[in-house]
Amino acid sequence: MSLFSRSGHPPRKPVLPGFGLSMGFTMLYMSLLVFLPLAALVLKSFELDWDGFVKVVASKRAIASYQLTFGTSFAAALINMVFGLLVAWVLVRYSFPFKKIIDALVDLPFALPTAVAGIALTAIYAPNGWIGQWFYSHGIKIAYTPVGITLALVFIGLPFVVRTVQPVLEDLEQELEEAAASLGASRLQIFCRVIFPALIPSLLTGFALAFARAIGEYGSVVFISGNMPFRTEITPLLIMSRLEEFDYAGAAALGVVMLLISFVLLLAINGLQHWSQSRHGGSK
Amino acid sequence: MSAGGTFKPRQATTEPLWLRALLLTLALSFLALFLVLPLVIVFGEAFSKGWQVYLAAITEPAAAHAIKLTLLAAAIAVPCNAIFGLAASWAIAKFQFRGRQLLITLIDLPIAVSPVIAGLSLMLLFGARGWWGEWLNDHDLQVMFAVPGIVIATIFITFPYVARELIPLMQQQGREAEEAALTLGASGWQTFFRVTLPSVKWALLYGLILCNARAMGEFGAVSVVSGKIREQTNTMPLHIEILYNEYQFAAAFAVSSLLALLALVTLVLKSTLEWRAARDLAEAEACRRPE
Repeated sequence: MSLFSRSGHPPRKPVLPGFGLSMGFTMLYMSLLVFLPLAALVLKSFELDWDGFVKVVASKRAIASYQLTFGTSFAAALINMVFGLLVAWVLVRYSFPFKKIIDALVDLPFALPTAVAGIALTAIYAPNGWIGQWFYSHGIKIAYTPVGITLALVFIGLPFVVRTVQPVLEDLEQELEEAAASLGASRLQIFCRVIFPALIPSLLTGFALAFARAIGEYGSVVFISGNMPFRTEITPLLIMSRLEEFDYAGAAALGVVMLLISFVLLLAINGLQHWSQSRHGGSK
Repeated sequence: MSAGGTFKPRQATTEPLWLRALLLTLALSFLALFLVLPLVIVFGEAFSKGWQVYLAAITEPAAAHAIKLTLLAAAIAVPCNAIFGLAASWAIAKFQFRGRQLLITLIDLPIAVSPVIAGLSLMLLFGARGWWGEWLNDHDLQVMFAVPGIVIATIFITFPYVARELIPLMQQQGREAEEAALTLGASGWQTFFRVTLPSVKWALLYGLILCNARAMGEFGAVSVVSGKIREQTNTMPLHIEILYNEYQFAAAFAVSSLLALLALVTLVLKSTLEWRAARDLAEAEACRRPE
């Protein structure tokens, strides 16, 4: 394909039909479903003047919710980056019984509805729960605190790092490691100097994906968080309570702030994936 | 290690046994804690009060209605998004145009946007005080707090899943096969149904399965637009929330166990499809090589 277009011939007119139809349908579908509703959201927030907007999005309660949402999402994505790398490493490099089943199970958080995950995790970590009661008897509360929220977000984001690092690790050429070893590098040196640098783009992509997913997460957090304003209230939940008070403009203003953050993250992820692919493809 | 006398070819590129054992134990403990334990809890709690309670919880009218509504929403959303996915991937993968990369990014938007924001946006469009609220009201059409709203919210949340499975595969396959079919006299639709569709069938099925799992489990967006009216606009995840908040834990976990079962079936189907796709790819490679 690319050989043809690079070989200096004038670009051929595409002979495949259906561009107008498929492109038109795509744009219509996306406009009706996504752009129009999101435009309604942005315009609704304009009903507030600038001072009103700032008052809503920079209120103490809103700022407490951003801190909680970003703090727990960041912590969860960080935990996922470390353990995701570990799980990907183990799945690619080692052989052990039931490996295929365990590999398939990694995708469980994609397939399990968030509400189910939420009540299951609450049942584990609540003060009378399976693990929670042990911690509670030692004076540590997990559910209904930021720690519980972080655990729920770890569950939600678990597959992202594993699934972005795994293919890169599989394609990594072992000859490079053999060469390094034959030149006298220790195993730790090989990991730090040869393997880890090759994994950095995919690790960051996985981190960003898990982080973006965690920021918007609602279903699993709502059960385990306890939803106390200023303490365990995440931003999507604050939007929900604005809605229940019929404060649509206020809800929309908070929504616009989150939408902007999501969009910036999405662009960053795209850039990272691009970097990751060019690094990854370039090494072949 | 080498004192054992057995020859180990990859010795230079693996870790000492104790480290391997440690890493394996750590990884498996992490997965057991975060993946296996929640599953065990769901089924354990669901049957904690016995079979009768379990059966009663999943067959009572409110639960049965929630199951029907969830199936209905998925039955509408998944085919819609499949058609969208095929159209979008055809346009993006087979043609070059300005803004292509941006379009791919925008398709991912529902994955990054909080479901609560998705629900809120739809509310501002279709709700009583929304853009189209008055018109809908005049024509006696109810979208918010009714089944159409739930279906639209489900479509919004799940529309990327088919497209993002198809786009990379179709990009990779290029368009030589389609061009050959056209040169040999096939019509555009014939080319699509006989050449393109068979070559992406596993990815399409894979996307459909993921889309379906998400559609049936969607919670945040649907909870904004549904109004949670029992036996009218309650889907399974919303029914679980209501039961849980009413302290009917065994019943909540019983309904949850159905969705957990769906998730497990999804994972099995997904692994099977990946295996079939890999086998097809290997066969195609094997066919190509002798030439």
